[in-house]
Amino acid sequence: MPRWFYQLASPRWCYGITGKLLPVFAVLAAVLLLGGTVWALLFAPADYQQGNSFRIIYIHVPSAILAQSCYMLMAIAGAIGLIWKMKVADMVAKSCAPIGASMALLALATGAIWGKPTWGSWWVWDARLTSMLILLFLYFGIMALHAAIEDATTAAQSTAVLALVGLVNIPIIKYSVEWWNTLHQPATFKLTERPAMPAEMWLPLLVMVLGFYCFFAVSLMLRLRHEILARERRAGWVRELVECR
Amino acid sequence: MSEMATNKPAAALERRPGTFRAALKRDLLLAFRNRRDLVNPLVFFLMVATLFPLGVSPEPAFLAELAPGLVWVAALLATLLSMDSLFRADFEDGTLEQALLSPQPLMLVVLARVTAHWVMTGLPLTLMAPLLGLMLFLPAEGMPGLMLSLLLGTPTLSLIGAIGAALTVGLRKGGMLISLLVLPLYIPVLIFGSGAVQAAVTGLPLAGYLALLGAMLALGLVLAPLAIAAALRISVSG
Repeated sequence: MPRWFYQLASPRWCYGITGKLLPVFAVLAAVLLLGGTVWALLFAPADYQQGNSFRIIYIHVPSAILAQSCYMLMAIAGAIGLIWKMKVADMVAKSCAPIGASMALLALATGAIWGKPTWGSWWVWDARLTSMLILLFLYFGIMALHAAIEDATTAAQSTAVLALVGLVNIPIIKYSVEWWNTLHQPATFKLTERPAMPAEMWLPLLVMVLGFYCFFAVSLMLRLRHEILARERRAGWVRELVECR
Repeated sequence: MSEMATNKPAAALERRPGTFRAALKRDLLLAFRNRRDLVNPLVFFLMVATLFPLGVSPEPAFLAELAPGLVWVAALLATLLSMDSLFRADFEDGTLEQALLSPQPLMLVVLARVTAHWVMTGLPLTLMAPLLGLMLFLPAEGMPGLMLSLLLGTPTLSLIGAIGAALTVGLRKGGMLISLLVLPLYIPVLIFGSGAVQAAVTGLPLAGYLALLGAMLALGLVLAPLAIAAALRISVSG
C-alpha cells in the first residue's frame, strides 16, 4: 500500500492536502464550467429538431451523471469507514449526501424544463426520470437518518449500512423501473436518439462533465474540511489553527 | 485439546438449526400471547382499501382497473407500519443485547424474528387479500395472481423493512423515519407484485413476474439478515 493511503486516514493530513488541492480544483472548475457554458450556449450548433432547447443537455446530463457517481462514492466511502473504522471516510460519506441530492434535484428540474418544450409536459413517468426520482428519495432517506442520530460515529455507521443496502438495490430499481415502463407504455414518445452526436455537440458536453466533476471535488473538499474541523474541534492542531487566526 | 478444538465448531454448526427453531418458537409464542397486536395491520389493510372507493370513485369498472395496484399498495403500507415495533420490545427489555452477546449467530436469530413477523402479518395479509380484491371489483381471474404475488412478495417486504427497523430501533422517533428509509427500496417489489396481478387479470403468463419476485426473495433471504445484524449491532452499541 502506498504511503498516502495510510495518510488519508489522518484528518489533519487530509485537512492539509485538501487545502492545497482546493485552489487548483476551484480554478479548473471555474475555467471548465465557464468555457464549457460559453461553448455550449453560443458556439455549439442547434439541434435540427429541437432547436435551441436541447442546450439544456449541457446542464442536465452532467448533473445526472454526477448524482449517480456521487452515490457510488458515498457508498464506497461508507464501506471503507465501516470496515476500517476510518474517520475521514465517514466524513467523506456524510459530505457526499447533500451534494448528490442537489445534483439529483438539478437533474430532475432541468429534465422537467427540457421536457416541457420537447414532450409537451413537465413530468413523464419515464424509466430514467423515475429512477432518478428514486435516487433522490434514497439520498433523502440517508440524510434523514444522519440527522436523526446524535452520535457522529453511530450515525456514520448506520448511514453506511443504508447506503450499501441502497447500492445493492439501485440496479434492481433501475431494471425494474425500465421493465415496468416498457410493459405499461411502449415508447409513446422517446427523445429522438441520434446514434452519434456530432463532435461540435459532444465536445462541450465532455467539458461540462469534467467541469461538474471538478466542481463536485471543490464542494466535497469544502464540506469535508468543515466536517473535519467540527469533528476534531478538541484536537490540539485545530485549536492551534483557530488561535493563529 | 486438539480434539476439543476440532469438535467445537462442528458442535456449534449442529446447534444452528436449533437456534433458528428456538428463536422462531419464542417469537411466535410471544406474538400469539399478544394477539390483539396482530389484528392491527389487518384492520389497517382493510381500512386503506375502503378509503380508495370513497376518495376516488365507487365505479366498479374504474376500481377494477386500479385494484391490483391498490391492494398491493395497501399491503405494502400495512407491512411498513407493522415494522416499527419489530425489534422495539426486545430492545427495551434487553433481550436484543443478550442476543447480540450470545454465541449463536445473530443472523439466524434475526431471520427467525423476521420469519415470525411474516407469519403474523404477511401471511394473514395474503389470506385476506381476496376479500379486498372483491371489495375493489378485481376480476376473479386476478385472484390467484394476487395471492401468489403477495405470498412471494410480502416476505421480501418484511426482510427489507427489518433493515429499516434495525437502523432506527434506538431512536425515539423511528416511525416516520423508517418509512423514508424503506419505501424507496420497496419499489421493485411493488412493481412486479402489481404487475403479476395485472398480468393475471389480462390472462398473460405469470411465471416471469413470480420468478422475479422469487429471485428478489432469494436475494433478500441471503443478504438482508447480514444488513439487519450489522444494523442492530450499530444501533444497540451506539
